Amino acid sequence: MLPSLVKRQQPSTLMVYLSPVIALILSMVAGVILFLIMKVSPFGGLHAFFIEPLSTKYGIAELGVKATPLVLIGVALSLGFKAGVWNIGAEGQLTIGGLCGGAMALYFYEQQGFHIIPLILATGIVSGMAYASIVAFLRVKFNANEILTSLMLSYVAVLFLNLMVHGPLKDPDGFNFPESRMFSDSALLPILLEGTRLHIGALLALTVVAIGWIVMSKTLLGYQIKAAGSAPAASEHAGFRRSKVIWITLLIGGGIAGLAGAIEVSGPIGQLQPSISPGYGFTAIIVAYVGRLHPVGAMLAGILLALTYLGGETAQIQLNLPVAVTGVFQALLLFFLLACDVLIHYRIQFTEQAVRVENT
Amino acid sequence: MEMIGPALLTIITAATPLLFAALGEMVTEKSGVLNLGVEGMMIMGAILGFVAVHFTDSVTVALLVSILAGSAMAALFGLLVLKFHASQVPTGLALTIFGIGLSALIGQSMVGIAYDGLPKLSLPVLSSLPFIGDVFFRHDILVYLSLIMVFVIYYFLNKTRAGLILRAVGDSHDAAHAMGYPVVKIRFLAILFGGGMAGLGGAYLSLAYSPLWVEQMTAGRGWIALALVVFASWRPGRVLLGAYLFGGITILQLHAQALGIGVPSQVMSMLPYLATIIVLVIISSDPGKIRLNAPASLGRPFHPSR
Repeated sequence: MLPSLVKRQQPSTLMVYLSPVIALILSMVAGVILFLIMKVSPFGGLHAFFIEPLSTKYGIAELGVKATPLVLIGVALSLGFKAGVWNIGAEGQLTIGGLCGGAMALYFYEQQGFHIIPLILATGIVSGMAYASIVAFLRVKFNANEILTSLMLSYVAVLFLNLMVHGPLKDPDGFNFPESRMFSDSALLPILLEGTRLHIGALLALTVVAIGWIVMSKTLLGYQIKAAGSAPAASEHAGFRRSKVIWITLLIGGGIAGLAGAIEVSGPIGQLQPSISPGYGFTAIIVAYVGRLHPVGAMLAGILLALTYLGGETAQIQLNLPVAVTGVFQALLLFFLLACDVLIHYRIQFTEQAVRVENT
Repeated sequence: MEMIGPALLTIITAATPLLFAALGEMVTEKSGVLNLGVEGMMIMGAILGFVAVHFTDSVTVALLVSILAGSAMAALFGLLVLKFHASQVPTGLALTIFGIGLSALIGQSMVGIAYDGLPKLSLPVLSSLPFIGDVFFRHDILVYLSLIMVFVIYYFLNKTRAGLILRAVGDSHDAAHAMGYPVVKIRFLAILFGGGMAGLGGAYLSLAYSPLWVEQMTAGRGWIALALVVFASWRPGRVLLGAYLFGGITILQLHAQALGIGVPSQVMSMLPYLATIIVLVIISSDPGKIRLNAPASLGRPFHPSR
């Protein structure tokens, strides 16, 4: 009796939703093995990763802080991936959005007023869009692969931020540290929950989830995006121009990643530093997939992956585990998900050799 | 004259890791599979090669371990893509994220440890030639191996039957399957080869280029290697040319100050990435040419029909 894969007549909707759950369980099993290899009690490890961070009000608020950029970018990338546009440079668009939003905050350093925060966030969106538009332009005009260009631009963006905080945006009274001034109070996002760092960015993320859901399920644009990904030739034939889909999905991705960057610098960070993201732009790729390229799914997946960041920090403090465990766990989750997804289109059958012949 | 020697050395050392990774990826792509996990495979080769040399003090063991590390990562990719029918783009991305995370985890205790660097081979007569000997004939084994691999892969792809079959699988897996060739097996081997080569490229970084372990030390070279394959139109000779061109850009990075160019180091560090974009734009702007050279089944999933 050998297990073999048999193609289903129709894709299984149940497996679409079950696959992330199975993947999560398998990742936890792999996590336990990893803990055993590292000579850490698996129970203590899992507790530090998944329960400890949520045991306090502050911890739950921190989950919201970390989930905000992941959910935002995860939703935006879902649209692009659905259309088959591979913007994997969200990290760069986030960095540019944070840099330009931060520069705006520093420009209003001496001033007060309610106009400052909207300006910072708008700057983040516009600059992120502008940065992603390079990718869209090169893709549409010169057919340059967007995976490679967007990723190369991410490296450039991080170096550019580094250059700026070492130079023009450096704190004049900062003893030559490569950091900007702390933003003024008027440039900091209002806190939602007293005594925590949870800021109104979390509400913006929820709004984006809702808008994303409406766009994808109720509008022509959403239909075009889905058609462009699932049936490129047919959608072109129906008059949906591919170049339009590329432009729109990249602008949305860049704009929202830029917004996430501006939220990060004017929220939890409060200044410009050489590094403003622990890889949120890359992790959001996993968020989009685990969330089944659906805005609501991206929200749930964003919260889950935020927990892995938080858990990684707790494990580092309590169990002296390296932070890198987080990255390994996140990647394992994506691996298991991709493997489990085979069950959407195939089912496992335990067959004798003879039956297999019919399949080949 | 005293600038030219070091400059040529810089080109060669900067080009070698790219050459390994790009040649390996080219063979993988020739079989019709796009593995975006080059960066992840490289960095695993870098860390495990470094760990191996630290504990065994044997270059041979270290290089074998690097090859195995890259191939093991590639096997994971191959399993998912070929057996589980996972889509190639996200699986490759996952491989990269996994490699970066796992290497940081393994390399935790390796930070700050130095290694002398791979021994330089001395060739009789040639190495003692003035100037030429210093620049061209006093390298470590990997530099020579990378150049030899250009010829080996050229010969394999164009002059052998196995190479012909590999290209057939990459151009039309359905036709190759109909003719009775084991498409999945051939692709798996090509993926493994690509992984091993990426592992060697990584090993060159941590054992020769800057012989120590730094997190994320591949710094996008795996992605540049992917771009090089497109730049080279899937031809070994042009991969060599492309890798050395990129090596040339690195000179600017390292020798800018000596040349008296007053540009901030960050701008210099941007150059390879910007150059990659420019090169891609130039090469890709003629879609007909790409279509002519690219393996026709590249990135397409293979489901054997009855």
